[in-house]
Amino acid sequence: MAIAHELAAQQREISVSEFFAKNRHLLGFDNKKKALMTTIKEAVDNSLDACEEADILPEISVEVIDMGNERFRVIVEDNGPGIVKKQIPNIFAKLLYGSKFHRMRQSRGQQGIGISASVMYAQLTTGRSAKITSKIGPKDQAHYYELHVNVQKNIPEIVKEDVVEWKKEHGTRIELDIEANYAGGNQSVDEYLKETAIANPSCTIIYTNPKAEQSIFPRVSSELPRKPKEIKPHPYGVELGVLMNMLRFCEERTIQSFLTNEFSKVGSGAAQQILENAAIPPQTKPREMSREMVERLVEGIKKTRIQNPPTDCLSPIGQELVEKGLQKEISAEFYASVTRSPAVYRGNPFQIEVGIAYGGNHPLDQPIRIMRFANRVPLLYQQSACAITRSIIQTSWRGYGLEQSQGAIPSGPCTIMVHMASVWVPFTSESKEAIAHYPEIIKEIKLAVQEAGRRLSIYVNKKKRVAEQQERVNIFENYIPEVADALARISGAGKEKIIAAMRKMLEKNKEYIQAHQEAHRVEAREEEEPAKAGGFDDE
Amino acid sequence: MNKKPKQALEDFGKDLVKEVLANRQPRMVVPIRALSNVTFNKKTETLQLGGRSAERNFFNVAHAKKFLQTLEVAAASKNLLEEGKHASLRDVFYMVKRTIPNTKTNIVDEQAESDDAIQDLELLTDHSREQLNINANKMGSVAGHVVITDKGDEIDWSRMGSGGWSIPSNVEEITFKRVRAKYVIYMEKAAVWERLHEDKFWDKQNCIIMSSQGQTTRGIRRLLQRLSIEHQLPIYVLADFDPWGFYIYSVLKFGSINLAHMAESMTLGTARFLGITADDIENYGLKKHLIAFKDVDMKRLEQLQNYEWFRDNKEWQRQFKLMKSMKAKAEIQALSSRGISFITEKYLPEKIRKGEFLE
Repeated sequence: MAIAHELAAQQREISVSEFFAKNRHLLGFDNKKKALMTTIKEAVDNSLDACEEADILPEISVEVIDMGNERFRVIVEDNGPGIVKKQIPNIFAKLLYGSKFHRMRQSRGQQGIGISASVMYAQLTTGRSAKITSKIGPKDQAHYYELHVNVQKNIPEIVKEDVVEWKKEHGTRIELDIEANYAGGNQSVDEYLKETAIANPSCTIIYTNPKAEQSIFPRVSSELPRKPKEIKPHPYGVELGVLMNMLRFCEERTIQSFLTNEFSKVGSGAAQQILENAAIPPQTKPREMSREMVERLVEGIKKTRIQNPPTDCLSPIGQELVEKGLQKEISAEFYASVTRSPAVYRGNPFQIEVGIAYGGNHPLDQPIRIMRFANRVPLLYQQSACAITRSIIQTSWRGYGLEQSQGAIPSGPCTIMVHMASVWVPFTSESKEAIAHYPEIIKEIKLAVQEAGRRLSIYVNKKKRVAEQQERVNIFENYIPEVADALARISGAGKEKIIAAMRKMLEKNKEYIQAHQEAHRVEAREEEEPAKAGGFDDE
Repeated sequence: MNKKPKQALEDFGKDLVKEVLANRQPRMVVPIRALSNVTFNKKTETLQLGGRSAERNFFNVAHAKKFLQTLEVAAASKNLLEEGKHASLRDVFYMVKRTIPNTKTNIVDEQAESDDAIQDLELLTDHSREQLNINANKMGSVAGHVVITDKGDEIDWSRMGSGGWSIPSNVEEITFKRVRAKYVIYMEKAAVWERLHEDKFWDKQNCIIMSSQGQTTRGIRRLLQRLSIEHQLPIYVLADFDPWGFYIYSVLKFGSINLAHMAESMTLGTARFLGITADDIENYGLKKHLIAFKDVDMKRLEQLQNYEWFRDNKEWQRQFKLMKSMKAKAEIQALSSRGISFITEKYLPEKIRKGEFLE
């Protein structure tokens, strides 16, 4: 008894903020290099989401300043709609606060953790508060905040608040001091911004790196992506617990109307069918549904054929823009892109897009570069755990003109980008680095890369043919002096005269030589085929 | 072969130059030297080249290199003829081997390529490679009561010490002064020849013993042919009991696929296969010394069985069948298990006395 009391004294609620402070790797702050990338990524993702929602062509400036001693100041500024004064502290300094978690619509952010986690990381590593400036319109004032996260209570603490002059018509600026490492490579800030520019062809990014070098990723399209529509959840994707929660808070009078009003693609017919399969009277009050009944309801849903969810909630990059995006950031000889029709996994609509860039500046004999995107956000970590990588490995690339050993990423001078757009991208962890291996998703990715691969192979084969033809002509050009020399020695005729005659003939026959090689080859094979009978004849 | 070799080469070159200058693509027509284009002439009992030939056009990627190789060996041969020198096949390989400027291609990479080109040249000029001053390596030895002259030197095959007279690759120039022998034994193994020589087998049995190391060279085949024709000596072949041993006999007797174009100057219609036969394995107790067949052995045996010149020969088919059922082969040296001189004292005299041979 006494021990239980003692223990009880130690037992208390753990705030989300406290939990994440101790488990920051779950949010992408595993190490100093990654922390820098994650901080910028969270800020840029929010900016892009905000701009698109407000129909503003995004213009984002990212600045990283080396403050020495492994400390960096990160400044991200956008021209988005801004944030109303009241909400600023919650959005930046309270975990799990946001607008995107509860709705079924495609967006970059999902949970409302990202940017506040960055603020918390800054606070933990440098003790500095986050400095936010935001303005919602030309006639409004710009509000300036310095914020802390109260880790125990998961509430914002306002260190300083002010009204400031800001020339910008509207937008948001965040400044964070964090402990970090700056390095190049495939998982760097630079790479993240480059890939973001590829997947978001309508945004302009101005980036100043810690060496004070500025690069600009200009927009190539002044059309914003189609605004994704919000949809209700599809019954196939809803799990028991979620369903119970929905029932508890719903205001419908009957289970029948609950089904038709809270889900997409459930009409009265489908609802009746579900309830029949679940053996639940249609007039049952949602709040009176027992756990056991909800379980029957889940089974009933599984047994009922329900139309696929609508797909206008998706906003793909678009075939043309995938190609344009690649063209502006990757120098190559050949580009191709594929946008598949939408498909569904577990009641969630999704859509796969693939782009290929081949040749040009790519290294020749290395594994290809795979660029993975989920809702236009580049995924830089955990490549091997991702469904995209799995699908590429499972595709046979030899037929498409790339080298590939069993169970490996193909190699060749090539970049392949794969984008998954979905209302709910199933990540393998909260740090959103790899897409989970749903069979429906893998199947769609494979179909898309295969289609792109077929186009690639047409180009690669044509290129090979042209190279071979040139080589053939070269063979003759190089052989002619040798043949002429030998002929001159045998016959006593003049060498130069023979060379001239043969060159003339080659010039005249170039077309013939190129056109007739196939026929020649068959003929040659026939000649060599009967080979020596025993292989050990006379001497 | 009515033209001088040098003239033949020159004409061959001039014809090609004429084509080129007349704006026609230069081509060579070479008979195909492969089993598919070799026929067995039942009357003469020799292999003969069929009528199929391949055209080699310089302006064809697949032919260009071979075309150049043939011209290169022709030029090398012309050079030899002009300087009155002889070169070996290996020499010619090095004479033509070099990298074509601006490429990574060598005119020839292996001797097999230049050898092949030389055989083509023989067909194109209608002259044997010996006539084109290209010789093979010396590989054979001979001993017996024979006196010859070669380039003015008189040579007695019975007084050549332990090594015997080594047979040159070109034997056209030698003349036989005196030949005292009842027959010739030709064996595929130098080690066996050395045994016979040490035991003075040629002296005791009044015969000529001859060997090569491995394949029978053209010089040896020509020498055997001359002894057979000019002195009516029967030729006995002693070879291993395996498909390759049988084929050595086959080449001597009927000619080879590669040299089907020279059948008449090479084949030995009178050659007899003395051993080792399947019956010898039985009669001389060699069963313990059989070596199990490998897959290649069986494949080769099946090829032999189907050669036109063996197909209707009941005796040979019987041998093939016996070998096939044994699935094994044996070397000549297996006879040594019965005593080091068993071969000279018992095996050979007995076989020849009884006339136990295959034809």
